Amino acid sequence: MTLLGDRQQLSYIASQAADARVNLELETEGMTLNIGPQHPATHGTLRIIARLDGEQVVWVDPSCGYMHRGYEKLTEVRTYPQVTALVNRIDWLGSFANEVPFILAAEKLMGIEAPLRAQHIRTILFELSRIANVSLFLGDLGVQLGAITPVFMAFRDREYVLNLIESATGGRFHPNFDRIGGLKDDLPAGWIDETRTVMKKLRRFCDEIEDLLFGNEIFQSRTRGIGVIPRDIALQYGMSGANLRASGVDWDLRRDQSLPMAWDKVDWKVWTHPDGDSFARCWVRLQEVRESTRIVEQLVDTIPAGPVMTKVPRIIKVPEGEAWVCTENPLGEMGYYVVSQGDLGPFRVKIRSASFNNISITPWLLKGVYVPDIVTILASLYFILGDIDR
Amino acid sequence: MNTVSLIIAEVPYWGQSLLRVLGGLVAVLLPAGTIVYLFLFKMMSFMQSRLGPMEAGPYGSMQLFAEVGKWLQKEDIYPARADKFIFKLAPLIVLASTFLLVAVVPFGPDAWFTNFEAGIFYALAVSSVSVLGILIAGWSSANKYSLLGGLRAAGQLIAYELPMVLAVIGVVIQAGTMNLQGIVLAQNSGSMFGFDGLGNPYVLTQFVGFVIFMISVQAELTQAPFDMPIAESELVSGYMTEYSGFRFLIFFIGEFATAGVFAMIASVLFLGGWAVPFSWFGWTTMDSIDNWMNFAGPLILFTKMMAVTFLVMWVRFSYPRLREDQLQRFAWKVLIPISLVNIMFTAILKVAF
Repeated sequence: MTLLGDRQQLSYIASQAADARVNLELETEGMTLNIGPQHPATHGTLRIIARLDGEQVVWVDPSCGYMHRGYEKLTEVRTYPQVTALVNRIDWLGSFANEVPFILAAEKLMGIEAPLRAQHIRTILFELSRIANVSLFLGDLGVQLGAITPVFMAFRDREYVLNLIESATGGRFHPNFDRIGGLKDDLPAGWIDETRTVMKKLRRFCDEIEDLLFGNEIFQSRTRGIGVIPRDIALQYGMSGANLRASGVDWDLRRDQSLPMAWDKVDWKVWTHPDGDSFARCWVRLQEVRESTRIVEQLVDTIPAGPVMTKVPRIIKVPEGEAWVCTENPLGEMGYYVVSQGDLGPFRVKIRSASFNNISITPWLLKGVYVPDIVTILASLYFILGDIDR
Repeated sequence: MNTVSLIIAEVPYWGQSLLRVLGGLVAVLLPAGTIVYLFLFKMMSFMQSRLGPMEAGPYGSMQLFAEVGKWLQKEDIYPARADKFIFKLAPLIVLASTFLLVAVVPFGPDAWFTNFEAGIFYALAVSSVSVLGILIAGWSSANKYSLLGGLRAAGQLIAYELPMVLAVIGVVIQAGTMNLQGIVLAQNSGSMFGFDGLGNPYVLTQFVGFVIFMISVQAELTQAPFDMPIAESELVSGYMTEYSGFRFLIFFIGEFATAGVFAMIASVLFLGGWAVPFSWFGWTTMDSIDNWMNFAGPLILFTKMMAVTFLVMWVRFSYPRLREDQLQRFAWKVLIPISLVNIMFTAILKVAF
């Protein structure tokens, strides 16, 4: 409660009193609906305990931890190159983006930097994994709202991106391609031409989704004005990514901090939306896919020649120290706080994943909405269970 | 009297009943199977850039039998706290509503199961029986999702009953009869732009009524965008959550058979029923119609039914779902006023011409 402002606190107390009064007058009894951990609406094992009055939510309690895999602890018994195979599985739809901040943190501790070509390819793959991730969100949005067709279009067009990632890295879902000091391999021949055509396809997919979903009146009536997160509340709950930008906060770690990546070398735009409702969150993500395709197209044109791996020792020992590196991942801010004591593996790693903070707003946000809106609001917040539970 | 009536009249009463039961089974199961295979399996797949079932039979045409076989093998589970008798009864009530509904559909001049004066009145009345089945299915499952789904279905079906009835009233005013055969006759012996023989399907004059009727049918069948009672992303499967095996199959058949029967009624009311332009040779009474229409009629009606079901399914596969309160608001604030205005104009024009 301390996080909420006075007005929220007052309205919370007032709503509690109103619930008590209604229950007294009508002698109705609330119903506790247990959504999850096995439920078609939660793509994973998030459990939401909702107290209902009719179809209206009185309070909700999100209960996570059903998929906790202990990655922070597991990193302590792995060497640095082995950790990327683990952290791939955190946000499993945009795997490559999970590796990058960890590798950057390790490089920061070792005081080395990847060659320019590797930085470019890293950025391209980072954006490709964002496209793969968010395009699936755009399709999944339809399923959560009851439209079954968009998800198949999303799967169809995400396949092109996954093929690109596979042909470059060898893995469709879990590339495990990033190395300390560069990348495992260079790009295969013909990859750049293929990327250009795929980016055109993805932009057409965005147009299709915009026609099919975002222009649909039912979609708009289901999302506009639903689940509004004001700017200050979003900041107080530590939200990040498109959820924060949809509340009107112009904040993007790709632009706002200088990392050894290639985002500052291309022309792109950070989209924000003033409304902060479900529609704004979905719309910002749609625009981000378009921006990502633009970033990738510009980067493949300007990719410099050179090696993809700098000189690193065969057995990597990271010098003593602590480093924090965060990036703008598909779901929001993702960061690794790496503590090294000069061993083969990290002494302690704290993983800050975006979804955990993003869903922490649900008890505040889902209060007073109807049961169907629980699903749309959760879908628009866009969490991935692996990203919540790590 | 023509030959079909004579043949029927020669059969003893138990034989007639048996024939009617078999005919009813065919009239319910054949459209349901065709709709499921052609639309649910194939058309949906093509709309979603996939192939659909391809392995069972040529182009997966035997898939339906495989599915039915699968369901029949499944264990008949009921929840421990369920009200068992009512739980088992519910799917049968839903299917019974479909059979009652098909009883008044005319397939040809003599090809009908029953033919009585208040036909459309009866059809709209028995179509509401399925609400009972759905409501008790939701209640007796002892499951919160089922309960929410059942209550949503009850509210929705009652709300959309009214615009449906009001949309039909326009047709009844124009035809001057509630008998479904009479409505077919009135449409086909009418004249379009002064040309006799073309008939006058009421979709032209009652277009508003047709649109309202189709929207209400969409809601009655709980197809998207009105599928909140099933709402698989919120309520798992709504009132059907706890059903498995054969009982689920009955719900499933009921859903698509009712879609077929409602499409038949829509074709009878608005698209000219079992006749098409140029198949009508100046007949003005039922007795004067040639005998071969009894065989061509069912095929024509079946084709029209498929066209109407295509509309229903097309919307189903493309639209997201409305919310419960938005659906009620749409019924009471939009559909019912429009249909009342439609009735008023129909009545004025009927008196004027």
